[in-house]
Amino acid sequence: MRIRRQQVLVLYLADSALDSTVIGWSIYDGTGRAAPITGDNDSPPYETGLDALKDGWRVFQFPQLLPPYPGTEYATSFLKHEFLFERLEEIDG
Amino acid sequence: MVDRQYLLSSKQVAAFVADGYLRFDALVPDQLNQAAMRELDGGLKGAPAGTPLDQLYPAPSAIGQIMRMPQIQGIIASLVGPAPLFDHHAIHVRQANEVQSQHLHADAVIDTAMHFDIQLMYYPHDIPLEMGGTVLVPGSQFRQINESDIGRYQNLRGQIPMVCQGGTILVLHHGIWHCGRRNQTDRIRYMYKLRLNPTVQQLRLWNTDDLNDPEIARILSRRHPWYEWASGRIEIMQRSKLWRLLTGDETYDTDYWLTRVENKLDRDLAI
Repeated sequence: MRIRRQQVLVLYLADSALDSTVIGWSIYDGTGRAAPITGDNDSPPYETGLDALKDGWRVFQFPQLLPPYPGTEYATSFLKHEFLFERLEEIDG
Repeated sequence: MVDRQYLLSSKQVAAFVADGYLRFDALVPDQLNQAAMRELDGGLKGAPAGTPLDQLYPAPSAIGQIMRMPQIQGIIASLVGPAPLFDHHAIHVRQANEVQSQHLHADAVIDTAMHFDIQLMYYPHDIPLEMGGTVLVPGSQFRQINESDIGRYQNLRGQIPMVCQGGTILVLHHGIWHCGRRNQTDRIRYMYKLRLNPTVQQLRLWNTDDLNDPEIARILSRRHPWYEWASGRIEIMQRSKLWRLLTGDETYDTDYWLTRVENKLDRDLAI
């Protein structure tokens, strides 16, 4: 029997546009075929977020554009432009 | 008192401000590395947090000998001054063929102060890429995050895997993002970490002979590949604030970023 499992790709982009450069990435693979972990690759899987779409990933969340909280205008914290993608893969159940 | 020849230069301190780390490859001689390995294997006596560093590692101690090397005393004195305090230490061991890596994190908790602690990472043996080593994210030290809240970030452009020879010392700003990578060899990996707190204002503690070198402005303005376009500008502003604190020059700026937003219109020309 074939069953579907989700693969999740998280791309951190240089600005809020989907076609901007990938600066960080994470992958979670629900098929269990791969187990990516921290610091395992120095080269991004795609140059831009748009390249991921072209390769068949479906984007399911755009980051919101939120103004800084008063008093934190000149502070930096988490990466701001986090885009979430998914792909459904079939595996043997 | 540390001999001036062992103090860091202004360019090195500027690089620490820009990148959040300095590395000194193969600084510790091999004979001491071997002795340190035996000492780390047997465990190492600590001290309560807040103990003056010079009260740690009573002789005979290979780690003590290393920390008392004039080159390392010079690094410490240049960044956190004389008489720093022991915060904590840890012997980090990654077992052979360990599948998992640590999640990315910054040590301790969120810290809004501009002055900083340092963490010395000592690698007593060679670390090839397949052995993992620490991975660090240069220029991440000003990001206000709390410990492992950044654990979902697996890889960032420009991250640095610490591939190094035995005897290498890595000096980190306390806020730098880092983690231990997985060890894919059949050998155990060791690293010794020591965190130190300053007890004096961190004002011109290094050898400032090159303080006016134009290269410093270039160092303080370099971007890291993982910076977002907009936030990267704010990182440069943070560096200028820290450089002002370290040099006492309240007018220092890189590329006018800070001065522009500090402009106060206090002249009243109204009739």
